[in-house]
Amino acid sequence: MNVMNNRLTEAADGTVSSDEDLGLATATTRRQAGPRTIATLQVAVFVGSILLWHVGTATGLMDPFFFSRPLDVGERIWSWLFVSGYIWIHLATTLTEALLAFVIGTALGVAFGLGFARVRLLAAVFNPYIRMFNALPRVILAPIFLLWFGLGMASKVALGVTLVFMVVFFNTFQGVREVSPILLNNVRMLRASPRQLLRHVYLPSAMAWIFSSLHTSIGFALVAAVIGEYMGAAQGIGFVVAQAEGVFDTTGVFAGLILTSLVVLGIDLLIERLEAYLLRWRHQQ
Amino acid sequence: MTPAVDFDSVSIRLATPSGGLTVATDLSLSIAAGSFVTIVGPSGCGKSTLLNMAAGLLFSPAGEVRVFGERLTGINRHAAYLFQQDALLPWRTVIDNIMLGPVLQKCPRAEARENARGWMAKVGLTGFENQFPYQLSGGMRKRAALAQSLIVDPRILLMDEPFSALDIQTRQIMENELLALWQETGKTVMFITHDLEEAIALADQVVVLSARPARVKGIYPVDLERPRDVTEIRMRPDFMELYRRIWSDLREEVGPHHGAFGPAGAHA
Repeated sequence: MNVMNNRLTEAADGTVSSDEDLGLATATTRRQAGPRTIATLQVAVFVGSILLWHVGTATGLMDPFFFSRPLDVGERIWSWLFVSGYIWIHLATTLTEALLAFVIGTALGVAFGLGFARVRLLAAVFNPYIRMFNALPRVILAPIFLLWFGLGMASKVALGVTLVFMVVFFNTFQGVREVSPILLNNVRMLRASPRQLLRHVYLPSAMAWIFSSLHTSIGFALVAAVIGEYMGAAQGIGFVVAQAEGVFDTTGVFAGLILTSLVVLGIDLLIERLEAYLLRWRHQQ
Repeated sequence: MTPAVDFDSVSIRLATPSGGLTVATDLSLSIAAGSFVTIVGPSGCGKSTLLNMAAGLLFSPAGEVRVFGERLTGINRHAAYLFQQDALLPWRTVIDNIMLGPVLQKCPRAEARENARGWMAKVGLTGFENQFPYQLSGGMRKRAALAQSLIVDPRILLMDEPFSALDIQTRQIMENELLALWQETGKTVMFITHDLEEAIALADQVVVLSARPARVKGIYPVDLERPRDVTEIRMRPDFMELYRRIWSDLREEVGPHHGAFGPAGAHA
């Protein structure tokens, strides 16, 4: 879309206004790489970096004590997953925490977002506090939540909720504020009650914003779970990494990190599908 | 007979960045029940505001609006509104949009769906039930919006330049279909337009509003027989004669600096 706009402006006034425009404009005139080429290149990048890592540690350029070895890490992941099965309970714990945080945070965010957007006084009064809370690096709350809710799941869920809540709250608030007055008037003319307006116009309109922030909020929920576990827990991926780190087991740290990344990648792909389905009514650009 | 809509010395105040601007005071106008009334006038004279008052979306600071004799104090329950912009809910399929009115009135879903299917056939949208609004052309979206308004069987149809965004062919097809639908039902139509030809071709009565301060400058009965074909009627001498008369009245209001007044007259 951006690219198209740039090309259009370029065509309209005949000149290119900035370097940025020039870059975009020439990029579109070049032949586009096909999806197959892209996939091949993506695999090449992966293989290349693993190879680099392997060669580095094999030749002694990288100290295996600090960097471990790719084969060791792979072997560890394999054993965690299929030999000892050690990791499953931890994975399950982290995902459960993230899911709970996501669900609770989203529910609260939607409720507060709707309320604040509909009641102007609330929004006006709480505006500075919400900004303050948003500016706060909320990860700092992890130790406090540990004190309040203990070493179990609750403290991680609480941390995740604070992160997810903010994302969803702002998106809902914005979504409700930006409901088209034409749509509202149209549905009002069709004799909708205030409750029906909320259900048929405000909520779906806000949902569009919330769905498009799914990536961020689910990501936040996972980050919060892992950080919480890292700080103090008896289960979870964060706990696994912390344990490994405690005995200078870099292989374990890397295995934990890579596993987490893979899980996040998988979830992200699923969300992409879900988002495409839920927002299928939107014009694809 | 009680008029369908009766504006009794209303004032029109437009919202502007600097607060508000009163463009009309003491404006009175009656829309006879069952008639097709079009309203033309220069930009900014408050035509849309007048329509919004009839809808009960806006209220006049003075005077009152009566609908079938009753003072309007909220949303006009007798009226449906066809907006200039797209007003279909983008997240609902076409049929879900059309059945929205009945669903809001707690009509059983199956019945509402059946009813909506009937309206889709009437406006020529059969086969597009499960499309989303963005997948339709501008003309088809207008058809869907028309069906959405008419399914609730309103006694009054309020239309704010509904076809202004369409190309000329689609527009004339829509005008003819609107006339056909209207003729079956005997509803009252209040139709705002920028296009004088459209105003005459459709109407029983053309109301000309003046520039600020807005007042009713003239009411022209259009006694061309019905049913009409909006494309053919434009060629007839009595049509052109009427056009000349109204235009000479309107020209003074539009003024030379406003440029052309007609389909090309730009108004967002």
